[in-house]
Amino acid sequence: MAEEKKELAPELKEKLRAEFEKDWRKDLRKAVPPKDRMKQVRQKMPERPAGERNKDFKEVNLGLTQDMAQAEARRCLDCANPQCIAGCPVAIDIPSFVKLIERGEFLAAAWKLKETNSLPAICGRVCPQETQCEELCAMKKASGVPVAIGNLERFASDFERLSGSINIPPLLPPTGKKVAVIGAGPAGLTVAGDLAKLGHKVTVFEALHESGGVLIYGIPEFRLPKAILKAEVDYLRRLGVDIRTSFVVGMTATIDDLRNDGYEAFFIGSGAGLPNFMKIPGENLVGVYSANEYLTRVNLMRAYAFPAYDTPVFQAKTAAVIGGGNVAMDSVRTAKRLGAERAVIVYRRSRTEMPARTEEIHHAEEEGIEFQLLTTPIRYFGDNYGHLRAMECQKMGLGEPDASGRRRPVPIEGSEYTIEVDLAVCAIGQSPNPLIPQTTPGLKMGKWANVEVDWATMATSLPGVYAGGDIIRGGATVILAMGDARVAAAQIDKYLRR
Amino acid sequence: MPKILDQRRLVPNLHLLEVHAPEVARKCRPGQFVIIMPDERGERIPLSIADWDVERGSVTAVFLVVGTSTRKLAALKAGNEVPVFVGPLGRPSEIASFGTVVLAAGCFGIGALWPTARALKAAGNKVIAVIDAKADYLVYWKDRYQSVCDRVLFSSRDHALASKDFIPRPLEDTLKAEAPVARVIAVGCTYLMYACAQATKPLGIKTIVSLNPIMVDGTGMCGACRCTAAGKTKFACVDGPDFDAHEVDWEELFIRRKSYFDDEVRSLCRYEETELP
Ligand SMILES: Cc1cc2nc3c(=O)[nH]c(=O)nc-3n(C[C@H](O)[C@H](O)[C@H](O)COP(=O)(O)OP(=O)(O)OC[C@H]3O[C@@H](n4cnc5c(N)ncnc54)[C@H](O)[C@@H]3O)c2cc1C
Ligand SMILES: Cc1cc2nc3c(=O)[nH]c(=O)nc-3n(C[C@H](O)[C@H](O)[C@H](O)COP(=O)(O)OP(=O)(O)OC[C@H]3O[C@@H](n4cnc5c(N)ncnc54)[C@H](O)[C@@H]3O)c2cc1C
Ligand code: SF4
Ligand code: SF4
Ligand code: FES
Repeated sequence: MAEEKKELAPELKEKLRAEFEKDWRKDLRKAVPPKDRMKQVRQKMPERPAGERNKDFKEVNLGLTQDMAQAEARRCLDCANPQCIAGCPVAIDIPSFVKLIERGEFLAAAWKLKETNSLPAICGRVCPQETQCEELCAMKKASGVPVAIGNLERFASDFERLSGSINIPPLLPPTGKKVAVIGAGPAGLTVAGDLAKLGHKVTVFEALHESGGVLIYGIPEFRLPKAILKAEVDYLRRLGVDIRTSFVVGMTATIDDLRNDGYEAFFIGSGAGLPNFMKIPGENLVGVYSANEYLTRVNLMRAYAFPAYDTPVFQAKTAAVIGGGNVAMDSVRTAKRLGAERAVIVYRRSRTEMPARTEEIHHAEEEGIEFQLLTTPIRYFGDNYGHLRAMECQKMGLGEPDASGRRRPVPIEGSEYTIEVDLAVCAIGQSPNPLIPQTTPGLKMGKWANVEVDWATMATSLPGVYAGGDIIRGGATVILAMGDARVAAAQIDKYLRR
Repeated sequence: MPKILDQRRLVPNLHLLEVHAPEVARKCRPGQFVIIMPDERGERIPLSIADWDVERGSVTAVFLVVGTSTRKLAALKAGNEVPVFVGPLGRPSEIASFGTVVLAAGCFGIGALWPTARALKAAGNKVIAVIDAKADYLVYWKDRYQSVCDRVLFSSRDHALASKDFIPRPLEDTLKAEAPVARVIAVGCTYLMYACAQATKPLGIKTIVSLNPIMVDGTGMCGACRCTAAGKTKFACVDGPDFDAHEVDWEELFIRRKSYFDDEVRSLCRYEETELP
């Protein structure tokens, strides 16, 4: 349902060209010949030892040092026609920021990132770079190993945050127009930042009690520390954005109510929060969670610190996590950290079809996660108290490719076996959140219960109402949500000034 | 943060909580609930809306002190703030002109059913309430019910007010005396609702209950609250909390409500030993 990679717009090409022609860039290009750049090996992200990190929730990756970042930046060829940018959904001027790092101008590099990406410290950590910017990097074609664009992005924005000199850009004069943003996930936060800079009065309405969407309740601390998100949210507040948490649009007020309160434009960024279950026997036993519930208990409600925090979560001996995406990896690594002796991924296809980021799969393996591939659960068994005790699985073979291009798993008769588990987490995907559609008459919906938009403008079927991120795509990525948000913000601005 | 306007004991173990939440008050309908977090380290717990006042901008709940969260709530005073008070959540109860409606309430359900009683009367129903308590002195809001109901009956184990039986018996008697009864609405602890469902089933009277499974977000995002009704898994926070009592898988609900029994005891011990004033 997502649109395909875009050709770069002519204005953007011109802007990139102007940067490319700057004297310092020319000098830098001359300073090191391409063949020397190509000889350098990619800097490896320092990380905490697997046996240590799988026992706590502190961040796994430690970040590049300044020397490492500069060495890595030196690998970039500063291509005249940089393909990497086409792979980035928000079209970051990658060579410019990378070359600023090479030159030692880390703050300038961070600001360069912020021109197009309002959450670089987050994207640098969670973007599936290997299938986006880095996939198209010339160095990948030339040497097989792309420039570590994501790691560099993380480095520059961390540098800015740690230096304490967060740049507040000039805001346009107030327009007096009120905009309501629904959902404080990456999509909503991005729209809010862009529109605040353009002089509009933005209020973000968030159902939960903390901002960030999946970034706060889903993605664990060991991958994305909360302090980083907090810094981004503080930054938005300093831009004048008002964030109203514990406000459920559709319940506390509907879009129509907000219109009556003087809001003239709306952005729906309510995400894909509805957990899917497999509808197999025993799924409502105590000890079977949706990934959303499991991760929300641990991350948002801090159940890892129970009983100092009041929300409990089950402590497992053997935890099985069903699924092969990022959500599954986060859940299984969480179970391990909470003390599970065995933490197992149960995935119905093979390793190559796993949608999780390569780095996450790799980290999971290092941390002692077991993988039972080509396997699917078919029923859960409980004890006399209704608690999960075991899981019956079936082996799968791979058949013909399906609509997604991945080979379809087919059950193998007679291959059933049972494993003892006392915790199961279902991480087989989420659907768009139905609350807004249910309470907003006239909002046109698509085939997958997603809000339908015009992909060029992110406009929904209702005047002044725009949408983006997981609510229109189903579960996608942070950067795609932000890309939608940037388009929507520009269009909302146009709409308000019409 | 939302401010507490009033917090006091109504009867032993049952407390009233009134919170300043003008936006929530504006939208409240009978049968809905709020989610509250007593303090920054607290749990998000659901409480039914027992009353609201749009002018005062307030929402009221009645809660039973059972574990850590409700003990924390019972320690709050007017002027304190809570980090989370979000709502109204859940689908409102169906209010229409049904004919004769019998309400069965106990415990915090006496508070939770009050907005429904009021609305059903305003919709032109004959409203009869059967109120259950362990003892007479545990009944509250008697006058409120008497002001809108056509008849109010009591059952308590100490026998002073009326029937001495647990609620199914007086409920059955009432249903026979008032036949035909269009529907029964039962709200209170799970066991009370289950017992009422058992009593009305043979009589074939439509019975609505307000289910109270464990919740986290209350907006349909986690599935903690899943219940089985008519053989299908439902999320009580968005598909309910009202369900047809004769379709509910009660055994599953009882089991799922006990999910964290050991943890709750641990949490309560820690709270009482280290934090209780
Ligand atoms: C565990 C997990 C790991 C992931 N890992 C990665 C990764 O490594 N890399 C990556 O790129 N992507 C990852 N994703 C996907 C990515 O997080 C999402 O695509 C992205 O967050 C979508 O952003 P969004 O703003 O559209 O929605 P969300 O982040 O879902 O935010 C929506 C927000 O809206 C709020 N909301 C919903 N309804 C209402 C309402 N009615 N009123 C008010 N507020 C409302 C929600 O509470 C939520 O805060 C992961 C997802 C999960 C669950
Ligand atoms: C829709 C709904 C409406 C409710 N309305 C009321 C009400 O008006 N008044 C009232 O007194 N109670 C109400 N409850 C029940 C109330 O939420 C629980 O009594 C409360 O959460 C107990 O918390 P605790 O920490 O004090 O006790 P604990 O010791 O933690 O738990 C005691 C019991 O309460 C239940 N419980 C625990 N945590 C939760 C949770 N997060 N969500 C739901 N149930 C939980 C469990 O069954 C548990 O065994 C309602 C529940 C639901 C789902
Ligand atoms: S935002 Fe993501 S895709 Fe874009 S440059 Fe950064 S890591 Fe690459
Ligand atoms: S494609 Fe690779 S080498 Fe070329 S500019 Fe982009 S990052 Fe640098
Ligand atoms: S409480 Fe989370 S879905 Fe109902």
